[in-house]
Amino acid sequence: MLSTVNTPLLTCKDLRVHFPVRGGVMLRQTGAVHAVDGVSLSIQPGETLGLVGESGCGKSTIGKALVRLLKPTSGSIHFQNTDITHASQRALRPLRRDIQMIFQDPAESLDPRMSVRSIIEEPYVIHGLGTRTERVQWVNEMLDRVGLPASSAERYSFEFSGGQRQRIGIARALALKPKLIVCDEPVSALDVSVQSQILNLLVELQKDFGLSYLFIAHDLSVVKHVSDRVAVMYLGKIVELASSDAIYQNPRHAYTEALLSAIPSTDPKERREKILLEGDVPSPIDPPAGSAFGHRMNHPLYEETIGEEMPLKEISPEHWVTADPCCISKEDWNHLRSKASR
Amino acid sequence: MSASTENILEVEQLITSFETDHGLLRAVDHVSFSVPEGKTVGIVGESGCGKSVTAMSIVRLLPQPSGKILGGHVYFKGQDLTRATDAEIRRVRGVEIGVIFQEPMAALNPVHRIGKQVSEIFRIHKKISKKDAWTAATDMLDMVRIPAPEKRMMDYPHHLSGGMRQRVVIAMALACRPALVIADEPTTALDVTVQAQILELMKGLQSEMGMSTILITHDLGVIAETCDDVVVMYAGRVVEKASAEALFANPLHAYTKGLLNSIPRLDTPSKSILHTIPGMVASLENYSHGCRFCQRMGRTSPLTRERPRSIEVSPGHWVENCIECYQP
Repeated sequence: MLSTVNTPLLTCKDLRVHFPVRGGVMLRQTGAVHAVDGVSLSIQPGETLGLVGESGCGKSTIGKALVRLLKPTSGSIHFQNTDITHASQRALRPLRRDIQMIFQDPAESLDPRMSVRSIIEEPYVIHGLGTRTERVQWVNEMLDRVGLPASSAERYSFEFSGGQRQRIGIARALALKPKLIVCDEPVSALDVSVQSQILNLLVELQKDFGLSYLFIAHDLSVVKHVSDRVAVMYLGKIVELASSDAIYQNPRHAYTEALLSAIPSTDPKERREKILLEGDVPSPIDPPAGSAFGHRMNHPLYEETIGEEMPLKEISPEHWVTADPCCISKEDWNHLRSKASR
Repeated sequence: MSASTENILEVEQLITSFETDHGLLRAVDHVSFSVPEGKTVGIVGESGCGKSVTAMSIVRLLPQPSGKILGGHVYFKGQDLTRATDAEIRRVRGVEIGVIFQEPMAALNPVHRIGKQVSEIFRIHKKISKKDAWTAATDMLDMVRIPAPEKRMMDYPHHLSGGMRQRVVIAMALACRPALVIADEPTTALDVTVQAQILELMKGLQSEMGMSTILITHDLGVIAETCDDVVVMYAGRVVEKASAEALFANPLHAYTKGLLNSIPRLDTPSKSILHTIPGMVASLENYSHGCRFCQRMGRTSPLTRERPRSIEVSPGHWVENCIECYQP
């Protein structure tokens, strides 16, 4: 169990999403992209779980699988004790009221031929809610809630700036009063001064509506700012999961440390000694047989990790890290081993 | 006024405009700054502030026919590039001034091998044999720390990862050992760990080759870690310029302060309310004549209707002297 505080809103266990790679004349499957490779996590009501990692680590794929825009290859997803892993589209429909999504690029996720009113109204129409006059009022309320003037309802999304478009995207996600919103890089396309406006809005809405967020981003300082807990992903797996303060103050996994040290800071006091990584993230089509990060670092213990299961272990209360001898300190490794033998 | 010896580049009162359906729009408005020899100058600002247009005006790579330099001077080693002939500017570009673009995939030709593209530079500018150019190109890839350069020479751009592609683009920009490199958001498309590699590489190459650099970015963290001097741009104008040390220790203009405060930091408590700058940047056709940050803040006092003059507050620290935005 990752968390035992109270019943989680959403849990997934050993989730795997593989995409087939086809080749040859007959387009037979020749391999698979291991986009998500055995991820377990839970999201509590009212909580923000941050998911951070470099491009191609599978963080967006997790987000899409959790709202069932993608079919998981194996593993299970439970939303409020209902198994939704293999639920049909019809069975999923009532659930869509509770889980919504905000996308990275509001320019692409909003239909340019629909007025802002019809964009925000659409969820109500699909779910058959309210009369026409009620819906008009609800849309106006939503616009007001995300800080847009009521006059914007009759305009089109392309007439707005990036930040305002993201507000429209948020209003649409919020329309059905969901319990969970999956935010996939919601601010990475925005300028800093606008980014902070949107982050403040998301935090405020969470307080007002008791929302849970799965907040996916590559920017560790943004994720740290909005999240209660942070999961760090590397090559389809979670390598560390802890409260956002613990991740920042006391990172246990070598990759988390490297990520933290790579963030350029304007404050000399905040700067850590740079840990420069060699090379790139390995390909998820043919992931290393052992510790993926140990492989990138050319770690002397890499050979020992080949074929080993390296599950997340609780190193200190609510602080989870992979039991990977290449990536955690010697003390932590010995601590985990003595715990296991006990 | 002529260029002094210790500055390799001096931009003076540069005005660049674009011809559009809405008339002639000034994207760069009276921009002045200089690049001391061997130093890195950062230009920072939000999208649309004119930082890229400023850089492209220096090497005259503006979109044609709409982009025009309408005023000011760009002195590079004493020569005014705004008045140079096309032949002269072509010689400067690529040989004396190297340019690194943001998106390496767009800067490389997808249908030619890396080797051909890198050695082409030597063929064109150095007029050497194919074989010598190939060797020189291989050495260049080695210099930007690309492993197994002989093998990579035979690859196509899509074979390489984003970080490796950016190394190739850097190799091409540095091929003729330019005195000045203009890097336009060189790491924006890259992951943080790869960004750290590339910035470290650029730093190393700079001290090896003794070149000067103009680094354009929206990331103040990158500026703080790599630049000697900083130019902060807002809506086509320079609102503040100073040494990096002075700027981050003591920002003077309201915009610089606002920008610095709105970045979430690792040591601020989670979910605390971040500082925001209200409103958004006015679009080009709506730029006011007066102080443009006051325009964003909705301040309409008659004192802000004139274009604010830049004043030197302490040696090397300049700020736009707007009564609302700069309070000494």
